[in-house]
Amino acid sequence: MSLLALDDVHVHFATAGGLVRAVNGVSLELAVGETLGLVGESGCGKSTLGKAIVKLVPIAGGAIVVDGVDIAPLKGERLGEMRRKVQMIFQDPYGSLNPRSTVGRSVAQPLLVAGWKKDAAAERVDTLLGWVGLPVDAKQRYPHEFSGGQRQRIGIARALALSPRLIICDEPVSALDVSVRAQVINLLEDLKSEFGVSYLFISHDLSVVEHIADRVAVMYLGTLVEIGGRDQIWRNPQHPYTKALLAAAPVADPKAARARQRTILQGELPSPIDPPPGCPFQSRCPIAEARCRHDKPALRATADGGLAACHFV
Amino acid sequence: MTLPLEVTDLSTTLFTRRGEMKAVDGLSLAVDAGETVALVGESGCGKSLSALSIMRLLPDPPARIVGGAVALNGRDLVTLPEEVMLAIRGKEIGMIFQDPMSSLNPVTTVEKQIAEVLMAHGELGRGQARARVHELLELVGMPDAARRLDAYPHQLSGGMCQRVMIAMAIACSPSVLIADEPTTALDVTVQAQVLALLKRLQADAGMAMIFITHDLGVVAETADRVVVMYAGRKVEEASVDALFETPLHPYTVGLIGATPVPGAARADRLADIPGMVPPLNALPQGCAFAPRCARVMERCRHERPALTRPAPDRLVACFAVEQG
Repeated sequence: MSLLALDDVHVHFATAGGLVRAVNGVSLELAVGETLGLVGESGCGKSTLGKAIVKLVPIAGGAIVVDGVDIAPLKGERLGEMRRKVQMIFQDPYGSLNPRSTVGRSVAQPLLVAGWKKDAAAERVDTLLGWVGLPVDAKQRYPHEFSGGQRQRIGIARALALSPRLIICDEPVSALDVSVRAQVINLLEDLKSEFGVSYLFISHDLSVVEHIADRVAVMYLGTLVEIGGRDQIWRNPQHPYTKALLAAAPVADPKAARARQRTILQGELPSPIDPPPGCPFQSRCPIAEARCRHDKPALRATADGGLAACHFV
Repeated sequence: MTLPLEVTDLSTTLFTRRGEMKAVDGLSLAVDAGETVALVGESGCGKSLSALSIMRLLPDPPARIVGGAVALNGRDLVTLPEEVMLAIRGKEIGMIFQDPMSSLNPVTTVEKQIAEVLMAHGELGRGQARARVHELLELVGMPDAARRLDAYPHQLSGGMCQRVMIAMAIACSPSVLIADEPTTALDVTVQAQVLALLKRLQADAGMAMIFITHDLGVVAETADRVVVMYAGRKVEEASVDALFETPLHPYTVGLIGATPVPGAARADRLADIPGMVPPLNALPQGCAFAPRCARVMERCRHERPALTRPAPDRLVACFAVEQG
């Protein structure tokens, strides 16, 4: 059984400009111990999907099943139980910590909410800070006394507090410097091999996703356009958007960068309030034809075991 | 022949209540016409303050240039009065900033903002300006350019705002363009468009370009030469190929190791650099990188390495490299 199963999930926001279909029918599964990368450009709905999985935004349709339990009807104690299994790490480690709470209190809070005794929680906090590589005296200090990388470690310690089975990592290293980013990525990988936790790793940075993910899902305008194994996505992308995204990503190797033939995707993301009819990518797609303009392609199996939503795959 | 831009021994200090901090410490660099020099380093290493020093746009107080020279087409900018700088900025040297949304005036149309540059430098009167602005927007690849003339910044996407910024920066055909993290706030597909645009404009006009970025991928795609900065100082300089092939300074080695290269055989772990960039008011004695350095020696802790020339066209400041 998969740890996380999404079935035709929709998330809508009513705005002054109209209804935004931020997530528009996404289905995917995540296995125990797996790291699934979720990539796409801003506004594609990847963060919203992450928040829907921890029930921070309500879904307008479909089902989110965590460890065999549909989370939609959960309330009270049952919801708390689900939240213990699924935790989240956010992009801005400063904005996601209470500036007036010591680090110790912030990390202990999920434990106390879950009913831990104070002494046991305090002991657990020491262990957690040790795991993420922070000094023990960190717990008496406040978030502003720490650097960005250290704050992200605090966020990770808090997410780990209740031994979750799945952590939603929403752009966890995007705000960090290169050398510190590598430290945090390595930490996440160490924690995974130690505790068997699974990650849904949301990022716009393809090189980071390629490094950390086992499988990759690509989103565009609220829909999933391709999903497949990491190597398959990188060596043999099927969907034209995946191809364009990979071609656009800068490569830290000047010779390879010069040698590659690439076509740069023209145009920008359409507004999610007014998505183009038919295939969401048709307005920028280099191979779009008449049928793409009225016929939305479904996800279909590709030759090497992935799924892609394109009429020409 | 004078180079478009030649910076010699530039030093900028921040005078704060917590003491004096050397934000830029003896930086020298030269950029030839048509050449792109990337300024690389992590936050706090002094790359943006170097750019602002060159432009004479430092917030004073607390920041002040305390030494060195910035020769723009042979003329030193450091000693010029502000009135003269006003006539030079935007005309001989242009700059593009990281956050295009907040760098544009939100209550003025695109046309007026770009026309302002042209009119301030006496290039055109109001009548001709609109046609020229339209031309510039076409040049920077603004989709639907005619319709965007009367648009306000909030009606444009981040990528379009950055195109407006670029149009403003190149309106008077400056000989030097400084781009400070111009694509950091943009999505990858738009980033690729903007990078291609900058390279095209540069090639057409033969501009000298300083490209500030923390992203080594962007460096590999755009730069001819690279200057690596750490804690306000240049620690390495090399051609882009030499730098990626044989990085010399342990900091450069660390930066490259910490950047995943897609398609490369997957390493189990990224090579990280322990610790973090030291705050400027608590720089270690000796080499600033010593506390994080994998090849640190006793000497590094109390003596600061000067730049040496290990090969033609290469500079590095490291005792371990000197020793071989």
